[in-house]
Amino acid sequence: MSEMSMNIAGGAEGVAAQPQLREVPAVRMEAVYKHYGDFTALNEVDLKVAKGEKIVVCGPSGSGKSTLIRCINHIEKHDEGLIYVNGIELDHQRKNIDAVRRDTGMVFQSFNLFPHMTVLENCILAPMTVSGMSQAEAKDLAMHFLTKVRIPDQAEKFPGQLSGGQQQRVAIARALCMRPKIMLFDEPTSALDPEMVKEVLETMKKLAEEGMTMLCVTHEMGFAREVADRIVFMNEGKVVEQAAPEEFFKNPKSERARTFLDQIIH
Amino acid sequence: MSHFSPTAAVNYFFNYFLMKGVLVTIGLTVAAVIGGLILGMGIALMRMSSNPVLSGFSRFYIWFFRGTPLLIQLVVIYSGLPQLGIKFSVITCALVGLILNEAAYLAEIVRSGFMAVSAGQREAAWALSLSPWTTFRRVTLPQAFRLMIPPLGNSINSLLKATSLASVISVEELMRRSDMLMQEHFQILEVYAAATAYYLILTSVWDAVQRRLEKHFGRSSAAKSRRVAASAPVAQTSVEARA
Ligand SMILES: Nc1ncnc2c1ncn2[C@@H]1O[C@H](COP(=O)(O)OP(=O)(O)OP(=O)(O)O)[C@@H](O)[C@H]1O
Ligand SMILES: [Mg+2]
Repeated sequence: MSEMSMNIAGGAEGVAAQPQLREVPAVRMEAVYKHYGDFTALNEVDLKVAKGEKIVVCGPSGSGKSTLIRCINHIEKHDEGLIYVNGIELDHQRKNIDAVRRDTGMVFQSFNLFPHMTVLENCILAPMTVSGMSQAEAKDLAMHFLTKVRIPDQAEKFPGQLSGGQQQRVAIARALCMRPKIMLFDEPTSALDPEMVKEVLETMKKLAEEGMTMLCVTHEMGFAREVADRIVFMNEGKVVEQAAPEEFFKNPKSERARTFLDQIIH
Repeated sequence: MSHFSPTAAVNYFFNYFLMKGVLVTIGLTVAAVIGGLILGMGIALMRMSSNPVLSGFSRFYIWFFRGTPLLIQLVVIYSGLPQLGIKFSVITCALVGLILNEAAYLAEIVRSGFMAVSAGQREAAWALSLSPWTTFRRVTLPQAFRLMIPPLGNSINSLLKATSLASVISVEELMRRSDMLMQEHFQILEVYAAATAYYLILTSVWDAVQRRLEKHFGRSSAAKSRRVAASAPVAQTSVEARA
């Protein structure tokens, strides 16, 4: 991990060395629209995420949370507006998409581990085929991150042999093996049995403490309160409200956020 | 001739002339599977393409070859095309017909195999910035292949028997040679008993191979597979070898 923190620090220094440039935000979205047919899934979304910032995105079902974070690594194409990731414009050009994807890691609700590969093979595939690492290097790296998510002993198993919580931690390790600067999480604990939610959230907290930039769609309000720098509340494709957690939970400005909070905090 | 002579049937079974027909049947099947898989893969890729011309052509191809009898296709290639000045040897005609026909079935099998791999798998590969080629070869193909084995096996079983239609255009495979023996000696039941035994042996051997393949690649839906770790590297390399 020390190497990775150094990478992040190195990047920040590079920018600091040119004081005339203000620090490039990790993510900048300007008037982003996404349509599915007649339906507007993202409706003029503006969002800026600073490096190292932790954002929790919440909102009712269908409000566009997944669409929002999936546009950031171009798994969904936005239709209008601008998206910059670490200063790279997502303009549908292959090389920019690749560059952005190399900077971002993503964790899905349904894990999406490759079922026909062992845990270790899942972790070394991208480092070997994308970053051109040797197998030995990639294995070292994978074991490093598997140790970090506390499952080094499962490396030779197949995803199907692991619990949901273990699978999700493997998915986090797999993403970290590409040394992303930004991590995107789409409801990482929603598919888990309650007793496994904690181990995944702990892993995410650890990542947050190490300075990772994180955007996380989640309804785990305890996690949001503890980890998030800012809560982004969405409704009907719009970012309705953004605030620090204490403020958002204590006095949400919009009516919609109030009813939403009433529903999830019973 | 009012009885069935088991001895004669056994003699036909070991008849050298008939055995050579069996080899032709096997050869036709193997060649049609290989050719059909290559062509079928291409047709399936076209079918899944977003280009309307390619997918339209592929749709038409599949519709045409699955919608007409193999027998007509063979006869047209053998007797019809020479009318247009296109003439192949008998065996080439049989192979062209079998491959064109088999490709239509295999294309559908290949396509449904790929469709059954969840979108999440592809998205995870993209998120890891895997190239389209790596995504195909290492992520989607191995999973799709696993799902394709059972229908692929059934199709090959049908193909094995369908090669008998090539007898109509005088390819001397098992069926044709049985006919020839029958016309020479008029021991209808005895000759066809021997031929039937060969077909049963061939299909049974293939069934056994298919079962082994299924076990090897894990027949359950991949996500639920609980195979022992030790068997896996073998399974994976074989998937790649096959690819
Ligand atoms: N591929 C698609 N085609 C059509 N409509 C889609 C597609 N993907 C999403 N949508 C629609 O866009 C809207 C926003 O979807 P999105 O998945 O972003 O919501 P969400 O906030 O993540 O909801 P949830 O909490 O249920 O995950 C939904 O109404 C959904 O039906
Ligand atoms: Mg969602």
